[in-house]
Order: sequence, then C-alpha cells, then structure tokens
Amino acid sequence: MEMKNILKASKLSIGYAHKKGNYSIANDISFELTKGKMVCLLGKNGIGKSTLLRTLSKMQPPLNGSVFVDETNLNSISETLLAQKMSVVLTERIPESQLTVFELVALGRQPYTNWLGKLNDQDYKKIQYALEQVGISDIQSKKNYELSDGQLQKVMIARALAQDTSLIILDEPTAHLDIHHKIEVFNILKALVKNTKKTVILSTHEVNLALKMADELWLMTENDFKSGTQEELIALKELDKLFPQDLILFNPKSKQFEINN
Amino acid sequence: MLILLVLVWFLNINLGSIHIPFKQFVAILLNSPVENESWRYIVLHFRIPKSISAILVGSGLGISGLLMQTLFRNPLAGPFVLGISSGASLGVATLLLGASAIGGVFSSIAVSNWSISIASSLGSFMVLSAVLIAVKRIRNTMSILIIGLMFGSISAAIINVLSYFSSAEELQQFIFWSFGSLGNLSWEELGVFASILFISFLFLILVIKPLNSLLLGENYARSLGINLKQTRYIVLIVTSLITGVITAFSGPIAFIGLAVPHLTKLIFTTSNHRILLPAVAILGAILMLICDSIAQVPTSEYTLPINAVTSLFGAPIVIWLLVRKHKTVL
Repeated sequence: MEMKNILKASKLSIGYAHKKGNYSIANDISFELTKGKMVCLLGKNGIGKSTLLRTLSKMQPPLNGSVFVDETNLNSISETLLAQKMSVVLTERIPESQLTVFELVALGRQPYTNWLGKLNDQDYKKIQYALEQVGISDIQSKKNYELSDGQLQKVMIARALAQDTSLIILDEPTAHLDIHHKIEVFNILKALVKNTKKTVILSTHEVNLALKMADELWLMTENDFKSGTQEELIALKELDKLFPQDLILFNPKSKQFEINN
Repeated sequence: MLILLVLVWFLNINLGSIHIPFKQFVAILLNSPVENESWRYIVLHFRIPKSISAILVGSGLGISGLLMQTLFRNPLAGPFVLGISSGASLGVATLLLGASAIGGVFSSIAVSNWSISIASSLGSFMVLSAVLIAVKRIRNTMSILIIGLMFGSISAAIINVLSYFSSAEELQQFIFWSFGSLGNLSWEELGVFASILFISFLFLILVIKPLNSLLLGENYARSLGINLKQTRYIVLIVTSLITGVITAFSGPIAFIGLAVPHLTKLIFTTSNHRILLPAVAILGAILMLICDSIAQVPTSEYTLPINAVTSLFGAPIVIWLLVRKHKTVL
C-alpha cells in the first residue's frame, strides 16, 4: 500500500503579490512528505525559509502552484479543519498577558471546543499529555511573563502538541536559546515524531544538529529547492551548495559543517 | 462583587444634594407612605435613573475598553481610540456651535436632550463608517489604531474651528456637555439606552473564544481556526455602538474605559475573557457609581462634573496598583 502524503507541494512559487507585478522569493518548489518524519529546513538568512513555512501554513497565499495537506488543496480547507490538521510555532513573541502556562497550552484545544471554549475531559487529557511530553508540568500555573525564553518555547511546543494535529510546523524554534536548550528542543521534537507519528517541520540554523537528528532535509539556496534524506543529499553534493564556501565547508566524512581554515 | 455592586448602588441612591433620612428612603423603595412626597419624586425620577445610567455607562465603557486593549494588544487602548467620542463631540459641536454659523435650519430646532443624542449618534456613526471602510482596505490591525487616532484629531480640529466662531453662550453649552453627565435621562431614554447596550453585550458572547486566542497574537489566532476578519468586525462594531450610545446619552466620559480593564486584571490576575468580560462590567459599574456619589459632594448642594471625578479619583488608584504590582500586562 502506498503511504498517503501528509503534505505535498507542486510547482510552488512563494513571495509577495504587489499591484506592480509579483515579488517572488523562490520558484518551482515541489516535494512530497509522508507521516512520521522530522524535517529540517535549512538555508541562509533571507533565503525564504519563513516565507515558505508561512505559505505552507496558509498565512500567505502562494504566487503559483499548490499546497496539499492530507491530499486536499490548502485553498479548499476551512480554517477550522486546517487547525485540526496543522499547528504552528512562530518566531513572533506572544504579547505579555496574565495567561498561565496551562491556559496557554489549553488554547491549543480551541479548534475542538464549543463556542464558549469550554474544556471537556478529553481536552484536559490532551493538555496534560502535552505538558508531560514537553516536560513542563511543573510550571503549568506560572504566568507567561514569568517564563524564560527556553521555557516559553517549550510552552509553545506543548500548545501545538495539544492542538493534536498530524503536522506541526515550527519557524526557528531554537533561535535565542542556549546550546543546552537547543538540543533539548530537538530532542523533544524527535521524541514527538517517534512517539506520536506526527510529522514535524522546522526551519533552523543549527545545521549540524539538524544533520544529526532529521529524517529528511529541505535545502533552500538562491535558485533551488532540494528535499531528501541526508545520504541522498550528500551523494548529490547538495550540502556543499548551502553556504558560500569561503567560510564554511561540508565534511562528508564527519557529516558535519566545519569552519574553513 | 455583585453584593458590593448592590451596596454601592444603594449608597449612591441614598446620597444627593438633598438629604433624605434613611428610614424614609427605605420607605420610598418599599413604596410605603413618606413624610415628604417630593422626596419620593427625587428618588424615583432623578436618583434611580441616574444610578442606572451610571451602571450602564460604567459597564459599557469598561467592556469596550477591554475589547480595544485585547484587539490592539495595547494596554493603552481605550474605548475612544477609534475616534468614536471625537465623532460624537463633533456631532454635538456642529449642533450647538454650528447653529449660528450655519443659521436658519439648525437654530430653529430647539436644542433638547434628544437632538443632542441624535447629533452625537450621527457623529459617532460617521466616524465608525469611516473606520470600517478603512478596516476593509487594511490588513494590519495596528494601522486601524492610528487611523482612529487621526480621525479623532481631525474631529478635534473641526471643533476648534467651530469654537473659534461661536458665541460665549454656545461655547459654555458645549463645554458643559463635554463634562459628561449621568443625570437628565428620563425612564424612556434609559430604556433605549439599556436595550442598545444589552443587544451589544449579547454579541460579545460570540467573541469570547476568539478574544482569548488573540492573546497569542493574530497569526496564532488564525492558526487556531479563528475567523479573524469576522472577529474584528464584531469587536469594532460592538465597541462603536457601545461608546457611541454612551457618548450620546452621557457625554464623553473619560478614563473609566482605560482604567477599569486594568483594575480588573490586577484584581483577578487573569486574562481569560470568560471571567474578564463580566468582571469588567461589574467593576466598571461599581466604580462609576462611586465616582457619581463623590461628584454629588454629599451634604453639599454642588455637583462636580463627572468627568473630572472619574480621572481625579481613578487615576491614583491605577497608579498605586501598578506601582505595587510592578507589571503592565494585557
């Protein structure tokens, strides 16, 4: 039996539409993605990683081509239904409020709750599960302004997990974190993929961590988009093209990027 | 809190420039005979309507302040940031100040309570329509805030020009209106007032859930399946309706709308709108009743402008609470 694609893009062009012609950032992006994968999106600053993730999560329309979630065109999925299939963790910092960690994670249940947003037993179970998976049960009654960057990032991941979607998209979840928390976030996400068969897509600048952890890599360069497993991409020498070679080189033996001396 | 509201309400009705003995006061409420029939008239036709309008104004302004603060995710937003009250002021200014300038048609209309209400409603409705048209073309919520402020300053400028060409009497009339007033409303007017507010409040039940998700920012709210456009429209229309009606009947009452949401959040330490909305309404009503009682200057025959009291009394409380708790949050 052929595996169903959880996410698919065909001939996708991303960018911004303007009255005087479109400003496109990347063209001809096509990929297919099956369930239970951890995907890392790599590329230089400003190459369009966020734009791609925003397009995939319907926050901005594609200039051309289509995105399919669960084999359905993104355009024809209602907002509520999409919220049950895909959750996001964004780079933007949430506004300070008096929401507690528990309430924040509970907001992830909104696509399922009634018009008043009342939580039922199942919602409570999912929230507790999310808090435990991410390891923040102990801080669940803290207010969000009392949290450190690392804690807040974990809370946002737990919120996405509570949303109970088969797809989680994270835009640079490890930015602003120390090396300990970076690895912790990667470990949490990896465990999620393993335990829940969810598909996790994250953009990151932690290329070496990504090379160690990801099931699949997406590489974005000036004129190209490549997807594949680490071995496939190494064989095609695609990783060499990720950065200008004057400062950093890919070492195929250690399978890591190294400083070019 | 509800008990406190009832207590404050009783106190408010009991106090006034004419002293009515407590026993007699209770007798009036129980509809039994009283020593002085004019006392009954004062309580039934003056004090009770006034206290009810205080409750309506307080809860309405509190709620619309909360809505604006959440929608714009800005703790400085208040019910009047959309320029609604400036629009209402412009309407009233045109009626009171423009009468001589335009002459003829306007001056023949007697300046009554109703005509002021209507002028002010028309004014706020004009600004509301302008804001909504702008909203339709604009995606960024923060721009709406700035556009509202701009409409406000345009209205203020026109009022300045009108004032410049007006007589002293007309100016005085306008300034008295801008002091705000809770009295002068008949039972009939109160009925209209209350039913418009009540209908507006009903719509809010629909947006409790979206409002909570807006605490995460618009992008997260959308990712949770919230219809952002619809939420924005409901919140903006309800706020305009509430503030428009309040300004029409009671004048531009300052401060309550900004302060009450903060007080409520500080007291209840929550951001959940299912608790906040009713709490803000009740606390707003309580605060307004207290302010009105102070404005009566008990045992004296003077009545202070309500607008001055709300700020003089309310601002120090908010400052004190913020200094004590160290945190401004949504």
